[in-house]
Amino acid sequence: MTAVVLPDLAAGYDVDAVRSDFAVLSRQVHGRPLVYLDNASSSHKPRQVLDAERAFVEQHYSNVHRGVHTLSQEATDCYESARATVAAFLGAQPDEVVFTKNVTECINLVAYSFGNAAPGSPFHLGPGDEVCITEMEHHSNLVPWQMLCQRTGATLRWIPLGDDGRLDLTDLDALVNERTKVLAFVHVSNILGTANPVEALVHRARTVGAFTLLDGAQSAPHQRVDVTDLGVDFYVLTGHKMLGPSGVGVLWGRKDLLDAMPPFLGGGSMIETVQMSGSTYAPAPDRFEAGTPVISQAVALAAACDYLQAVGLERIAAHEHALTAQLLDGLRRLDGVRVIGPETTEMRGAAVSFALDGIHPHDVGQSLDELGIAVRVGHHCAAPVCRRYGVAATTRASSYLYNTAAEIDALLEGIVTVQDFWRR
Amino acid sequence: MSNESMYQEIILDHYRNPHHKGLRDPYDVEVHHVNPTCGDEVTLRVRIAGGLVSDVSYDGQGCSISQASTSVMSDLVIGKAVDEALRTSEAFLELMQSRGQLEPDEDVLEDGIAFAGVSRYPARVKCALLGWMAWKDATTQAVAASGGGSA
Repeated sequence: MTAVVLPDLAAGYDVDAVRSDFAVLSRQVHGRPLVYLDNASSSHKPRQVLDAERAFVEQHYSNVHRGVHTLSQEATDCYESARATVAAFLGAQPDEVVFTKNVTECINLVAYSFGNAAPGSPFHLGPGDEVCITEMEHHSNLVPWQMLCQRTGATLRWIPLGDDGRLDLTDLDALVNERTKVLAFVHVSNILGTANPVEALVHRARTVGAFTLLDGAQSAPHQRVDVTDLGVDFYVLTGHKMLGPSGVGVLWGRKDLLDAMPPFLGGGSMIETVQMSGSTYAPAPDRFEAGTPVISQAVALAAACDYLQAVGLERIAAHEHALTAQLLDGLRRLDGVRVIGPETTEMRGAAVSFALDGIHPHDVGQSLDELGIAVRVGHHCAAPVCRRYGVAATTRASSYLYNTAAEIDALLEGIVTVQDFWRR
Repeated sequence: MSNESMYQEIILDHYRNPHHKGLRDPYDVEVHHVNPTCGDEVTLRVRIAGGLVSDVSYDGQGCSISQASTSVMSDLVIGKAVDEALRTSEAFLELMQSRGQLEPDEDVLEDGIAFAGVSRYPARVKCALLGWMAWKDATTQAVAASGGGSA
C-alpha cells in the first residue's frame, strides 16, 4: 500500500548509495564520523523501512483479525501481506511463518511446545531421550534446551568446538543418535563468525529421525536463505539484525509439524472453540500467535526484506566477504592480536572476534568509542565459547551492507591507537 | 586518545600495580562476585578483628576500571572500623550513581575520587562497583557470623 523507492544498484554495488538511506551513518560520535561495526548485535534501519512503518501506522493501523471495519481489514491485509513477504524471503509458504518477539522467543516456543506434548506424540521428550546442540550456541539456543531437559528428564548433549573455531564433528554419530529428538544449531556463529556445515548435520539428524532447528539470527540478514534447500524443520530469525525493528522475530516451521505441535502461549487468536471446560486450537500459524501480535513491526520487517532483496543478498554477501577478508588480513599484520574464530573467509560470516594482548575488551571498546568506532565487547551471550578459548570476553567487529573499506581501515588504525594508549 | 576523563592516571596506576592483590590467610569470609554482562569476576576475602577491617585480599580478572577500583577499595577499608568503612563504601556508591554531577570528597574517598568520571558512563559503573559490592557482602556476612550488629 506504500510506494517505497528502493535502491537501484543495477550498475553494481554502490555502497554510498546504500549508506544514503541510513541517516544515522552521517552522524558524529565524540566529534568523529560514526563507524558502526556492531551489526551482529543490531543493525540500523533505512528510511524505506521507517517510511513503511510510519505510513502503515498513520494510514491503516488497527488491531488485526478482529474487526469488520475498514481499518481493521486494511491492517489485517498489511499484516498478512507482511507474512507472505517474509515467507517468500525464506522460500516458504505464508502459513509456515509465525511472528514472535525475537529469536529467543522462537526457540522457547519450540522447546515449550515440545515440552507440552503428551506421551506418544512425536514431540514428547522424557528420560532416555536426548537434545543435541553445539558448544558455539548463543545462550538463546542453549538455555531453553537446558530448561526443557530439566523439565522432561531428557539429556542435553553438545557437539564440541575444535581449536580452529569450527565444530569438531569427530563424534557426530555418537552425539546425534537414535535417542536424539532434536538437533538445534546455529547457522552462523554470532561470536566466532563460523558458518556451520548445515547439510552434514541435517543429514545425520534425518538418518536418526531427529528434528532440526537452525538459528538463523546471523544468516538471514547476510545471505540468501531457502529453508527448503537447507532441509531443516525449523528456522528462526530476528528483525532488528536485518534492517527491521526490534520486537519482531520469525519462526518458520514445516507446516505439518506446526499443525501437529501443541501450543506454547494460550489466549486470544490462537483458539478455535472455547468452552469453560476446555478449548481447541487454531491451525498454524495462528495457534502460535496468542494475543495481539506485533503488527507494525511485522509490516516494517517485510519492508526490510524488500530492501535486502532490492540490494541483492548475493551482492551483500560478496561485499561483506571482501570487508571480512580485509579485516582478517589487517588483524594478521598487527602485533598482539589474536583472532577468536576462523582466520580465513572460508565458510565464514562477517562477525570477527579478537583479543588484544594485555588489554581488557571493555577498555578496548571504550577507547574505540572515543574514536567514533562502535564495536561490541563482552561474552556476546556465548559464555561457553569464551571459556573454550580461554578468554573472559572478546572484542567483536561485525560489518554489514553499509560498511566501507575505509571504515575497516579506521578500525585497524584505531586498534593501533588503543594499543599505544594502553601500553604506554 | 581523549577519554582521559575516564582513564585517570590514578586509575591506570592502580590497574598496572594493584594494591593488596593475592588471596591471603587468615580470613573470616570469602565471596565470589561476577559481572554477568562482561564476565569480570573477583574472589575476595575479609578478616574482621576487634571491630576493624584487619585485612582484605582478592584475586580476579577484569577491565582496568574493575581492577583499579578493587585496589583503591582495599587501600580505603583496611585498618578502618567496620562502620567507618561501610560509610566510605556508601560514599563511593553515591559517587558512582551521580552521573558526573557530584563533587567527591577527597578526605573520604582519597584515590577513589579518580572514578568520578566513570560515573558518566553508566555501562561502566558496574565495573567500578564489583570489588566494593564483594567487600560489602563479605563484611556483612563476617559481622553477622560474629553475632555483632556493630562490630
